[in-house]
Parts: sequence; C-alpha cells; structure tokens
Amino acid sequence: MIETFSRKVATLSGAALLAAGAVLTPLGASADNHGGSEMPGKAIAFDRGKGNCLACHHIEGGQSPGNIGPPLVAMKARYPERAKLHAQIYDATTINPESAMPPFGKHYVLSPEELDLVVDYVWTL
Amino acid sequence: MSKKILIAAALAVAVGLPAGAMATPEEDRIQFRNHFQDRFSEVPLEEYPNGVYAIDPVGRENWEAIEEFPPYEPFIDTGRDMWEKPFANGKTYADCFPDGPGIAHKYPHWDKDKGMVMTLPLALNNCREANSEEPLKYKKGPINDLLSYIAFESRGEVTNVVVPEDDPRALAAYEDGKKFYYTRRGQLNFSCAHCHVQNGGLVLRTETLSPSLGHTTHFPVYRSKWGTVGTLHRRFTGCNKQVRAKPFEAHGEEYRNLEYFLTYMSNGLELNGPGARK
Ligand code: HEC
Ligand code: HEC
Repeated sequence: MIETFSRKVATLSGAALLAAGAVLTPLGASADNHGGSEMPGKAIAFDRGKGNCLACHHIEGGQSPGNIGPPLVAMKARYPERAKLHAQIYDATTINPESAMPPFGKHYVLSPEELDLVVDYVWTL
Repeated sequence: MSKKILIAAALAVAVGLPAGAMATPEEDRIQFRNHFQDRFSEVPLEEYPNGVYAIDPVGRENWEAIEEFPPYEPFIDTGRDMWEKPFANGKTYADCFPDGPGIAHKYPHWDKDKGMVMTLPLALNNCREANSEEPLKYKKGPINDLLSYIAFESRGEVTNVVVPEDDPRALAAYEDGKKFYYTRRGQLNFSCAHCHVQNGGLVLRTETLSPSLGHTTHFPVYRSKWGTVGTLHRRFTGCNKQVRAKPFEAHGEEYRNLEYFLTYMSNGLELNGPGARK
C-alpha cells in the first residue's frame, strides 16, 4: 500500500531490476517497441522507491496501478515534443498548479539521468 | 495582512471556497462537507465516520467481518483498569475529569487560560503530572489503552468543536491548522488535502484514499498494519512521512492546531471510536 512512497525498497528495487533484466532483449529500443519492457527507464518508473508511477497511473504491464492520474498510453501521439513530456515529469505543477503529481526532477526524487531514462521509456508507451 | 489574504485566496482556489473575504470556520465546514456530499452523492452523511469503508464496498465487506470480533476490545479493557486504578497519591483520573470517562467529544477545545488548543491526550498527561505520575508517550503504548476506553465510553456523542469568538487567538489557531492542511510538504510535495480532499475516493497504488470528512471520529484506531491501536497524531506522523516530510512533534502546536481544524470539519458527526482499519 502506501509504502508506495517509503524506502523499504532495497529488495523490491532489486527485484524490479531483475525482472527488467530477465526480459532484456539484445538490441535496441525501436520506436514501435510497445511497452518498452527492455528499457532501463521502465525499472525506474516501476520502482516504488523511485518513480513509483504505478501508484497513480495505469501502465501496460504494471501490477495493481492506482487511478489518481490518467493511464499512460499513446504518449508519442499526445506528446510529439519530448520536451513537453519531460516538463510534465520534471515538475507537473508548472502545467497544473494543483497537480498531485510529485515534481520528480525539481525535487530530485529522480536524478537528471534517471529522469531522462524515464522520459525515454514513457515516450514509447 | 496582505500575505494572509494571499494565503486565504490560495486556499479558496484549492477547495473551491468562494474567494473574497476570509471564510468563517462555519462557512469552511459547510463548503468542506458539500464538497464530499457532491462528490459521493449516494453516501449518507452518517456514513463518513466509517472512513474509507463509507466509499469502498470491497474493503467494507472485510471490515464488517473484522468488526464482528473487534481487535480493539482488549485495549478497551486494559484502559478501563487504567482509568480505575488509583495513582500513587490515591487519586484517579476521575478526580481530574469528573464527567469521565465519556469525554472524548469535549476535545479538542480552546483553552483560554493556557492560550492553546487542548487535546485529550495532552489533558490526560497534564492530569498525570499534576498527580506526580510520569506522562505517557503520545503515539504508541498505554495511552492507546486509556484512549480506547474513553473513546468507547464516548460512542454516540457528537463532534462539536467550538472556535470561541471572544478570543482571537482561537481563530488564529484554527486558521493555522487549516493552512497546515492545505500546504504542500515533503519531497513528494503533497498537502493533506491533495490526498484526502482532491483525490478522496481514488486509488493510490492499492489503497483507496478516504475522504477527510469523518477522519477524527474513531481514534484511536486499530490498524492491521500496526498490529495494534494507535493515536491520531501517530497517523499524522505516518501521513507526513509518506510524502518524505519531517513529521512534527505529537501534541506540539502544529499537530494540535491541525487536529483543531480537522475535527471542526467533522462537527455534527457521531463519535464511533475506537475504530478498525486495514
Ligand atoms: C501521486 C500521483 C502521481 C504519481 C506518483 C505520478 N503521477 Fe503522473 N500524473 C498525476 C496526475 C494527477 C496527472 C494529471 C495531470 C496533472 O494533474 O498533472 C498526471 C499526469 C501525467 C502525465 C500527463 C498525462 C497526459 O495524459 O497528458 C504524464 C506523462 C505523467 N503523469 C507521467 C508520470 C510518470 C512518468 C510518473 C513516475 C515517474 C508519474 N507520472 C507519477 C499523478 C501522478
Ligand atoms: C500521499 C497521500 C497522502 C497524504 C499526502 C496524506 N495522507 Fe492521510 N492517508 C493516506 C492513506 C493512503 C491512508 C490510509 C487509507 C485511508 O484511510 O485513507 C491515510 C489515512 C489517514 C487517516 C486515517 C483515516 C481513518 O479512517 O482512520 C487520517 C486521519 C489522515 N490520513 C490524515 C492525514 C493528514 C492530516 C495529512 C496531512 C498531514 C494526510 N493524511 C496526508 C494518504 C495520504
């Protein structure tokens, strides 16, 4: 439940990384790699101690998602500009001041590198 | 002054209060209640003291099964013994609280002499100290037994917090608690209202967020996750921590004022403690 945001994640994140590793495919994220399961950003997005995007968003392949935010689907069609997507995840309150979505970049919930990887991944959804 | 108005205006936007003059506590309370009654139009007002189970039929089934053998019962019994057992000086809690033990509905209240919000746990500890007993810890342990007994004996009483008009410090304490409730905190940047007003009824991971109306009626609460009974301020602490904010001191000024505001919002709702939650 709401350990969603707590940090008893050492083992969980390990598990998440392993899971991602298990489905790692040899080469490359082509744009139509739907779900992007081989992308490192996915593990970060799913990790309860990192992105924990599933706390609020349905994401294909993710277990027991919340529904506070909209499902993350058709992202490229809706965000032709990657920078806009980056801005939403960096600090959602610049777009909606009342947003409940944590400012992952601005508050260093994710490092700049992690944030980039998450944006790469989410863009494939 | 202008800063205060700005804050009031920001709050007004957040909960959809009418902008303009600062709302009175009574206006706040009606807005607050209407927000939930509009949102969950099928839920009768008297259901709100049941927390998330007022709006989550699946969780409710489980909860009703749990309530058949209430996990908080042993705590009530222990608390009764505590209430009745004389202090070393021969006095008892009843000497401090002649109307006791069913006194939960009298708290929190504005204590004019002390110039502060008086909460029940604080009053219990004041009584102990006046009788040369060590104060109890506020979040875990025996205070929960005593509070369980008092809550049980107070069942059916009605929440009725007063912000007296003859002491501007009381309104200031209320406003302070209100501001706390709507202020973003922690690395994850949530206010209490984000989870329990704006998103009440939605699902955070696997947890349905309870509406804040009725939040104070049933404490202390037995939580399966805790495996025991815990106080309201323990819950505040947990909710602060999950957004990676530093919690405040239990029964310090911030949480006392928060309790004052939050309990006022539930005025008119019946007390039904101790409660049980997952
Ligand atoms: C606590 C809730 C919460 C969490 C956690 C959360 N979001 Fe959000 N998200 C929202 C809400 C609510 C919205 C709706 C728009 C708004 O209010 O900002 C949103 C909107 C979005 C959007 C825009 C969607 C659209 O349809 O335009 C994207 C993209 C997004 N989130 C990505 C993420 C990613 C990636 C993560 C994790 C790194 C994440 N979110 C974590 C609550 C959350
Ligand atoms: C990130 C989301 C989130 C934030 C922010 C949050 N809470 Fe909670 N709160 C929860 C969840 C999840 C629960 C457990 C399920 C429920 O009853 O809502 C909970 C439970 C509670 C309960 C117990 C409800 C009951 O019926 O026993 C109280 C009281 C409470 N919160 C008060 C607060 C206060 C006060 C704040 C701000 C200091 C706050 N919460 C901030 C998520 C949050």
